[in-house]
Amino acid sequence: MNDHSAPTTDEPKPRNLFQRLYAAFESPGRRRFLHAVIIAILIITPWVSSQYTTVILTNALLYVVLCLGLNIVVGYAGLLDLGYAAFFAVGAYTVGILTQQFGINFWAAIPFAIMAAALAGVIIGGPTLRLRSDYLAIVTLGFGEIVRFTARNLEITGGASGLSHIPEPSLFGWHIDNSIDFYYVFVVLAVLAYIASQRLFDSRLGRAWLYVRHDEDAAEAMGINRVATKLAAYIIGAIFGAVGGIFFSVNLGAISPESFSFQQSVLILLAVVLGGMGKIPGVILGAFIVVLGPELLREFGTLRLLIFAVLLLLIMLFRPSGIWPEKRS
Amino acid sequence: MTWYDSFLQQLVDGLVLGSFYALVALGYTMVFGVIKLLNFAHGDLYMTGAFVGFGGLSLVSGFLGAGWLGIFVAMLLAMLAVGCLGVVIERVAYHPMLGAPRLSILITALAVSLVLQNAALALTGGQYTAFRTELGFGGFNLGNLFLSYNQIVLVATAGVLMIGLELFVSKTLYGRAMRAVSIDKDMCRMMGINVSAVIAVTFFIGSGLAAAAGTMAGAYYGSIWYFMGFLIGLKAFTAAVIGGIGSIPGAMLGGLILGLLESFGTHIPFIGSEWKDVFTFSILILVLVFKPTGLLGKSEVERM
Repeated sequence: MNDHSAPTTDEPKPRNLFQRLYAAFESPGRRRFLHAVIIAILIITPWVSSQYTTVILTNALLYVVLCLGLNIVVGYAGLLDLGYAAFFAVGAYTVGILTQQFGINFWAAIPFAIMAAALAGVIIGGPTLRLRSDYLAIVTLGFGEIVRFTARNLEITGGASGLSHIPEPSLFGWHIDNSIDFYYVFVVLAVLAYIASQRLFDSRLGRAWLYVRHDEDAAEAMGINRVATKLAAYIIGAIFGAVGGIFFSVNLGAISPESFSFQQSVLILLAVVLGGMGKIPGVILGAFIVVLGPELLREFGTLRLLIFAVLLLLIMLFRPSGIWPEKRS
Repeated sequence: MTWYDSFLQQLVDGLVLGSFYALVALGYTMVFGVIKLLNFAHGDLYMTGAFVGFGGLSLVSGFLGAGWLGIFVAMLLAMLAVGCLGVVIERVAYHPMLGAPRLSILITALAVSLVLQNAALALTGGQYTAFRTELGFGGFNLGNLFLSYNQIVLVATAGVLMIGLELFVSKTLYGRAMRAVSIDKDMCRMMGINVSAVIAVTFFIGSGLAAAAGTMAGAYYGSIWYFMGFLIGLKAFTAAVIGGIGSIPGAMLGGLILGLLESFGTHIPFIGSEWKDVFTFSILILVLVFKPTGLLGKSEVERM
């Protein structure tokens, strides 16, 4: 499975503290142990922490799903997407509209939301993936803004005030309505997103992304369909975003266009870059930093956003591959 | 009012708006020309310019008044200060990244933009700041069309700045160096051109023009806030793309076209003014997809 990284592991190399720490987590046996510990911590936490902490952690797990999704686009395929919140919005609004205005069951609405997001991925990705990366970044930004303005202007999306009273779902008689229930729902989603990301990373498609990211022309010469490979990243990323949005809308019970602003896209991107583009544990770490950091810096008021911005700049200048970088790249 | 008068009124509004877009678009296109970087922070330099201009005006209004003279001096101050800020940003943030992958340098530019925005947010508390002037609302009627003196001075100032830039780029030594650097940086280095200095001058001028637009927009619309640069940054980029990114006359043309399109676009039946921004971004996407070189841009066979 890991034969492509075999030649590099034999080389003796100087190791600093960080590298030794990461290496400790990367041997397969320890990793299995670590997974078990993390799952146990995730299960126990809501029983020992306050409701406030549970809500914040739920939000962090939502970000884990979103960041792993954006990581597929930015980290795996190397496409800068500045409008990722659009897919998040498509998922949230589709479910919101179908359940609240048409009375469709929540679980029946999910496939529609996922299809809508995949379609959005095709619509925006199809014509633009041939563009240079900086043009693509701007196009995705413009697309994100178009989605937000459309949600604000249409009647069916509730205009600027958005949708409220989105019904809470139930599953086999279990009514998902309190914060601990939703916490567990997001634990399941985050774990699924983690497994899916890992499987994609190791898949044939994952290696195609790596190739395209490093050298498009060479990849194409080797028979990889450049546009189809990028489009796949877009669609899969869009589906992750939509899944986040679907459960975000029922968790809050209300959504408004401002939840899906450019700032939201930037925050998700920030988490991915901060943690380490393409590195799954790094991205998860980034998601937790982005959500928990502002909570810890709460006493700084408006300064905390400035602190975050400066942090991002410093990371780009001094550690451009993130806190926990991906070795394969 | 007949359709003809309404047409002329839209034309004037479009020209005013287009002047702002053109001034900001010039900075995008110049920076893109020399280092092929899409400077996301450019819209925030416009915002910074508005705030520095506001500070400058309150400084000089004591002895120059807050009329056009005071605003003009404040604008020059803002251009100087923000021009220097642009050079500092280039030195600190972009210069070390020039050899890095494009994705990294784009995210760095985004980070600079966030730093400027959040610094302004922290300083102003996110409130709108009233940009008080003594400009008045004087003007004259041309048939049924009302032209305010402010609009005329504004469009004229923008015109003078753009003509000045065109002369600088086409006639002076630095202008020639700038054009050369945008074609082939390595060759310029071998020919003894100080490429770093040319890049610094480019950032200075581009940022200065954005600051001029920011100060004028603040004085014209009467209020400024930390987030004012975001939308105009995007729109000015659209203007630069319409004209052909990297082309200076293209940026001017693109700015005016976008201003006019927005002004007329909001009066198309069935499309209300709330769809104005959707309209603009759709134009951006359509131009990028179907004619990425824009109206006056040179075709470039480049892939990353």
